[in-house]
Amino acid sequence: MLAVVQFPGSNDDRDLHFALKSVLGAPAALVWHKDAELPAGTRGVLLPGGFSFGDYLRCGAMARHSPLMAAVRRFADSGGPVLGICNGFQVLCESGLLPGALVRNRGLHFVCEFLHVRVERAEAPFLSRARAGQVLRLPVKHGEGCYVAPPELLARLEAQGQVLLRYCDAAGAPVAGANPNGAVANVAGIRNARGNVMGLMPHPEHAVEAAIGGLDGRAILGSLVDAAGAAR
Amino acid sequence: MSARREPRVDGALAREHGLSDAEYARILEILGRTPSYPELGIFSVMWSEHCSYKSSKRHLRTLPTRGPCVLQGPGENAGVVAIGDGLAAVFKIESHNHPSFIEPRQGAATGVGGILRDVFTMGARPVASLDSLRFGPLEDAKQRHLLGGVVEGIGGYGNSVGVATVGGETTFHPCYRANILVNAFNLGIAEVDRVFLARATGVGNPVIYAGSKTGRDGIHGASLLASAEFDAESEAKRPTVQVGDPFTEKCLIEACLEVMAGTALVGIQDMGAAGLTCSSFEMASAAGTGIDLDLDRVPQRAAGMTPYELLLSESQERMLLVAQAGREQEVLEVFRRWDLDAVVVGRVTEGGRMRVRWHGETVVDIPVDPVAKSSPELDRPAREPADLRERQKLDLASVAPESDPGAALEALLDSPNLGSKAWIARQYDSLVQGNTAQGPGGDAAVLRVKRPDGTATRRGLALAVDCNPRWCWLDPYSGTLAAVAEAARNVACTGARPLALTNCLNFGNPEKPEIMWELAEAIRGLGDAASAFGTPVVSGNVSLYNETSGRAIYPTPTVAMVGVLEDWERHAVAHFTEEGRAVVLLGENREELAGSEWLALRRGLEAGHPPAVDLAHEARLHGLLAGLVAEGLAPTAHDVSDGGLAVALAEACLAGPRRIGTRVEVADTIRPDALLFGEAPGRVLVATAAPEEVLRRAREAGVPARAIGRTGGPRLAIGPPGGPAWIDAELARLHGIWADAIPRRLEGR
Repeated sequence: MLAVVQFPGSNDDRDLHFALKSVLGAPAALVWHKDAELPAGTRGVLLPGGFSFGDYLRCGAMARHSPLMAAVRRFADSGGPVLGICNGFQVLCESGLLPGALVRNRGLHFVCEFLHVRVERAEAPFLSRARAGQVLRLPVKHGEGCYVAPPELLARLEAQGQVLLRYCDAAGAPVAGANPNGAVANVAGIRNARGNVMGLMPHPEHAVEAAIGGLDGRAILGSLVDAAGAAR
Repeated sequence: MSARREPRVDGALAREHGLSDAEYARILEILGRTPSYPELGIFSVMWSEHCSYKSSKRHLRTLPTRGPCVLQGPGENAGVVAIGDGLAAVFKIESHNHPSFIEPRQGAATGVGGILRDVFTMGARPVASLDSLRFGPLEDAKQRHLLGGVVEGIGGYGNSVGVATVGGETTFHPCYRANILVNAFNLGIAEVDRVFLARATGVGNPVIYAGSKTGRDGIHGASLLASAEFDAESEAKRPTVQVGDPFTEKCLIEACLEVMAGTALVGIQDMGAAGLTCSSFEMASAAGTGIDLDLDRVPQRAAGMTPYELLLSESQERMLLVAQAGREQEVLEVFRRWDLDAVVVGRVTEGGRMRVRWHGETVVDIPVDPVAKSSPELDRPAREPADLRERQKLDLASVAPESDPGAALEALLDSPNLGSKAWIARQYDSLVQGNTAQGPGGDAAVLRVKRPDGTATRRGLALAVDCNPRWCWLDPYSGTLAAVAEAARNVACTGARPLALTNCLNFGNPEKPEIMWELAEAIRGLGDAASAFGTPVVSGNVSLYNETSGRAIYPTPTVAMVGVLEDWERHAVAHFTEEGRAVVLLGENREELAGSEWLALRRGLEAGHPPAVDLAHEARLHGLLAGLVAEGLAPTAHDVSDGGLAVALAEACLAGPRRIGTRVEVADTIRPDALLFGEAPGRVLVATAAPEEVLRRAREAGVPARAIGRTGGPRLAIGPPGGPAWIDAELARLHGIWADAIPRRLEGR
């Protein structure tokens, strides 16, 4: 079972739940942030996009204090897969489950558009359905998605293969013009050192139906569905 | 005795409150005494133009508001129409013009917040927003500031609250320089049998206040800001603009929908214009009851607020609910779960009186109906503007023909009115809720409909908002016909059947007979077009006093049309999708340049009688398009409107994910500039793999049609058959110009 966490102010929670359950056919449940524990049988956790607690402080800074986040941390510590999308990525950075931080887009404006990301490593549990070098077309929609990391951290992330997705042009070249927010090294998604926690700014849940956003989001959500199924 | 320090109520104070002497005399008659200060405040907002529609209601009454699909027409928070599958679309458009001029970010944000509450108040989950925006020319730094602020406000609120902004229109004209327009539309989906109304029924039932605390913001927004002209001192009215909190709104939406899914709720109303006062009077009046309110229980943001302030505050994100007696705890518990304030502030009573207590003292005791229902109705004098005939004069023979059509096309694509609006659309989340089959940039937005429980249906909706203010200035009646026709045509271009509409009537000061005439003429046009199309007017808003220092905006009756698709996946797009398709023109080219963008831009003229609208032809076009799209015969369908055939073709080439050119030959013998840039309505471009079948269908439907070219290649060429092309342009160049029209002006390039 996949648990989709609902914070007050989460917006893509229902969309993520719909993508997992109605489109990909995976068992999934919405879980309220005030709950103390994840539902029994949870095999994967997803933190959705949105504006948790309005994001009036730093994005994700309030959500990390929700009761359920302690359970999510224990789940991650025990090796369970945790995927944070957009605001969920921000929550994971604020919680220290992922390194680095997300700050205001360099252009200052909110950006909603479809763009391309290159898969850097096609590994389980988040990208087993993709191939390395594959270019995915996914939407972003955020005002604070500029990933920043000090040089030594970035060097470590690159050396350890923790950068999983990079903004690129349609041909797969990570050029500056393809970067919507000024993220360092065109980083669109990263994982922790252990490989079981991933955060990304693009929204795979808005690209799982051919006539609404295309199918490329399945490469990510489908991989997590596979991983959760295998772990059962 | 009272510790309040309140001004003495008399005729002079009433005038300061925007009440006429006649209205004040009527108040004295109703009460049989001098009103208390809070009572005077209540009358002034309830009888303001904004809340009472006193200048427009005798005209609005003529509109067609009924039809087989209509579940709720005007008079409630929003209109409700059945769309099939046991579902209803709940929608409305509303203005937030003056606040957005004074404080663009918050003004626009709270405009979005207000329209969202109108929709979810009725039990619907808001799923999509549109905006119709009008500014002065971007060469002016103030207008750039206003555009940036308004877009940031709409995005900041809509994105945060999780409702997709899927389309809209933005145009620029000097008449909006000191009076911009911000019209916000929202649509929600509800179960047909779960629509809630604003009714305080059931004597003894608890009245519950939920949401944000009441502060001193927005007092007299409705009466003083929205119901009076602007002048140089208007900036001083900034404190009357409310401040939005989209996070609280998001929680309110979820909590209210949760309460509505249960059975404890009797009625619900949002606190919009005139806040607690308006919402409680409307609920009691609709139910024929009264309400006892205890102001001391109202959650308050500031200490020491007076009854006057508490009753008139327009603090945002607040709701008033009536629950079944004995079940208030169920309701309060839901709000507690969402960490929202919710308290019982009163009871429903018999006898039709509104009684308000504060610090143990009765501060208001007035009959409900005379305030809510017997608001004054005016029959203001109307007179055709003296210069109208002069405006409508245009002798085409004296207009120099376009000597460089290629340059004219580039100039039109570079104008902010016709250039790409991607700079704006990109700042809005158009995807959230996962239903956007076609977002901003198409003729109409296309949405997949989900049930309130989140399961998908095959049903789709198409939404478009339109108005050509220049045409409405030249002739408000036929300009409004054209606005309805264009909105319907845009919806029809997706393959949807136009179903019903909402409107926002933006006009100047109705105390001037010329403005009143424009308003009456526009309403007449709205009614005639809505009747002809069988698309009832189910909700709307009238925004008057849109003038500053005596100068009115062009009449701007914004029309938002909602259409239905049987299968959301079978919809057409506005751009070319494949090479080698035949391009078919539906409708007739006419030698029209009156009121056109070309005439304004290339000849500096705004003149002529706007092109006539053939409503019967438009209706035939709707039926033809629905059939063509449903059967896959028209994957592309694009309306020919502002900028004419040349601009419509350029848009079809440029607006898709991949640029696809076309070569078009038109045999009409009218002057080439009218053929290229004339804006005669009733025309649609279709790209098809089966031109013979499309032409046959068109013939059957009685719609003139002919194949004019084929898609493919990297250029757009338009010319007479066999002759040298009038326009032969490289798409990459056109795209650069079109895409940069707004960004380059914002960056001062």
